[in-house]
Amino acid sequence: MDTKVKLDKLNVYFGQNHAVKAVTMDFRANSVTAIIGPSGCGKSTVLRSINRMHDLTPGARVTGSVVFDEMDIYDRGIDPVLIRRKIGMVFQKPNPFPAMSIYDNVIAGYRLNGRIARSEADEIVESSLQRVALWDEVKDRLRANSMELSGGQQQRLCIARTIAVKPEVILMDEPASALDPISTLKIEELIEELKEKYTIIIVTHNMQQAARVSDVTAFFYMGDLIECGETKKIFTTPDRKQTEDYITGRFG
Amino acid sequence: MTGLAWRKAKNGIMTLMMAGFTLALLIPLVLIFVHIVRMGFSSISFDFFTQIPKPTGEAGGGMANGIFGSAILIALAGALGIPVGVFGAIYLSEYGGNRIANFIRFAADVLSGIPSIITGMVAYTLLVVPFKGFSALAGACALSLIMIPIVLRTTEEQLKLVPTSLREAALALGVPLWRTTLKVTLRSAMKGVMTGILLAVARIAGETAPLLFTALGNQFWSRKLTEPMAAMPLQIFNFAISPYEDWHRLAWAGALVLVTLMFALSLTARYFGREKRYNP
Amino acid sequence: MPREAETVKWNIEKRLSGDFVFKGFTVLFAFSIVAILLLMVVEMTRESIPSMGKFGWGFISGRDWDAVQGSFGALPYIWGSVVSSILALLLATPLSVGAALFITEVAPKKLGGAVASLIELLAAIPSVIYGLWGVLVMAPWLQKTVEPFLSERLGFIPFFQGAPYGVSMLAAIFILMIMVIPIITSISKEVLLTVPLSQKEAAIAMGATRWEMIRIAVLPYGKSGILGAVILGLGRAVGETMAVTMVIGNTPQISLSLLAPAYTMPSVIANEFAETTSKLHASALMEIGLILLVVTLIINVLARLLLWSVTRGEKGGIRL
Repeated sequence: MDTKVKLDKLNVYFGQNHAVKAVTMDFRANSVTAIIGPSGCGKSTVLRSINRMHDLTPGARVTGSVVFDEMDIYDRGIDPVLIRRKIGMVFQKPNPFPAMSIYDNVIAGYRLNGRIARSEADEIVESSLQRVALWDEVKDRLRANSMELSGGQQQRLCIARTIAVKPEVILMDEPASALDPISTLKIEELIEELKEKYTIIIVTHNMQQAARVSDVTAFFYMGDLIECGETKKIFTTPDRKQTEDYITGRFG
Repeated sequence: MTGLAWRKAKNGIMTLMMAGFTLALLIPLVLIFVHIVRMGFSSISFDFFTQIPKPTGEAGGGMANGIFGSAILIALAGALGIPVGVFGAIYLSEYGGNRIANFIRFAADVLSGIPSIITGMVAYTLLVVPFKGFSALAGACALSLIMIPIVLRTTEEQLKLVPTSLREAALALGVPLWRTTLKVTLRSAMKGVMTGILLAVARIAGETAPLLFTALGNQFWSRKLTEPMAAMPLQIFNFAISPYEDWHRLAWAGALVLVTLMFALSLTARYFGREKRYNP
Repeated sequence: MPREAETVKWNIEKRLSGDFVFKGFTVLFAFSIVAILLLMVVEMTRESIPSMGKFGWGFISGRDWDAVQGSFGALPYIWGSVVSSILALLLATPLSVGAALFITEVAPKKLGGAVASLIELLAAIPSVIYGLWGVLVMAPWLQKTVEPFLSERLGFIPFFQGAPYGVSMLAAIFILMIMVIPIITSISKEVLLTVPLSQKEAAIAMGATRWEMIRIAVLPYGKSGILGAVILGLGRAVGETMAVTMVIGNTPQISLSLLAPAYTMPSVIANEFAETTSKLHASALMEIGLILLVVTLIINVLARLLLWSVTRGEKGGIRL
């Protein structure tokens, strides 16, 4: 199986705080990898280093490498903006642009960067919304404001917006934690479908979700990668005691 | 009187005093306003808006050149001051490190506290003397210096209100920071920014001192920006201190128009400022 | 899996210019504010040097202002500014603080809000319009009614001696008082609103009347903030030009009588600067401007320090 993204001795510092410690791991292409661990273990920090979001945090420092298709994205000549078109991100709280309609939100990745022909835009909007199973629900009110949608719909809209720019990897930072159980289920089903075309890395504090949705699971604790392996194995016969303690709820 | 009764009485007296002070303070303010409306109304006419002042002693005339001049000066001042204020605010909100940002904010606050007559003196030294003449441009520059701190402060406040999640959403889509700042952050804050700009405009519409030695004022229509230019506040000043009844009447009319304009601007600004922008 | 040639346009230089230029612009404009401030101070100082050189400290103590003779002493103007501002503040402060207390503690919310809005709108009236009312309405009224009354009944006190002109120190004090009240009230109101409910509740729980609660809990807490508001008002009063020029009488004299016309620093600048008769004259006016600048700077910094500790936000977080 191919590796899509590889972390090699990744360290992240916020000032004096060593948040992520020498992490080395692979993310398999066209699969779902879950990153789990207790609060503050660095899961979101790891995720955000993959699309270079820390570039915008003052005081943040990243060492080591993140290799995407045989290229270290932290290399000097690499443009983080282009990286983010290939590696998209969905956030914990759905964040559609409030002043924009549903249509405009989906196509925002193009419009904010310049112009796009109407016909091309129509196509992209429809196919993106189809893929997140939102098309039928909104096709008659594409011009309505995005804030009129429910939480779950808004999140799917954000996913549609992310895939509209045709990324190869989708990073998800606790995408369902702000949603009700039914919407959560829908998002999980969506993730299952999306992995056909994309490589998905999902951070979640919900272990059952990780078990349901992912192929590979990585367990983090206090900035260290404790264990990484097939989800089935991690949740039934983990190698490390710490993993087992977390899985069985002895802490976290 | 028992202790409690005395305390209650004291409370009553003080409450009455506070209410009384409030009333006392409102009375002159309201009186002035009423006076402006009364005197101004009786002096307003169509001529007021269409004619320039008549030579001393002649009845009639208006403040048309002053109205026009004020409009030009404000527009120019805005063209100069608004970009500086807005872009400066963008720096403070999106790029500035803490210490530098505080320093610039402090400088802006200091600038806003400088009496406007001094602003006029400096503009005179830098823009009137070297060019050997009073000009509308010099006046507009002086006014823009007054606008800048106001626009800067309000714009920065508004930009800071934009939730980080919006910026992150755009950045994560592969939009460069500068486009994100302009098309997402600034656009989001636009209503509030406009409010701040309107307030700044209302403020400079009434400023007289900075124009005294820059735009100077003009009895006639100005043809060029490099010439002295009339402005409503300047005319009101000159008419008010003159000994002529006719000119006093014009001054009241001008005051009414100016105050109406400023109230309209302030109320519009406040109306926009009150609308809820985000549904968190 | 190696990437195709066309998609390997990861090159950063081409796009970097956009971010770089934009940031450059914002830096430029932000720092221009500092530059402008520095420029103002430098220019004022530079232009004052001839006068400073000629008169030295005598400038501040000199009473003669004679453009023809070329001798310039600024004391009458300093006197005029100091007396008019301080007396105006003394009168305005109790009224303003009382009104601020009324708005925040006494009045029902809607009434308080209405009064506050009214005061804010009235704060927006420009100086020249206050001056218009001052010279055409208030000064004549003072001349006909108040000043004769004062000089008849209280004329034995030096403060109320002299013929009634209408335009006088008294007129300036009144007009400054009226103009400064909205600012002090607004800011005091903001300060009072920051008093934590817990403080007030503690006093009430002990059985305090409303006034006692104000005296025990609110005022001590808001002390420095209110002081800041007053000092800010002082700064405004000192720098006030148009309204004062129109009602003070513009006579450079130092008199104990409030009925006598006087002259302030901004007023003499406003009246004489456009028509100076010599370079020395201009420089002397510049020096007065410099004194004014320094005084208002000090006052403003002081006020903001006091207010900053109250709002605990960015320096001078309360907007004027």
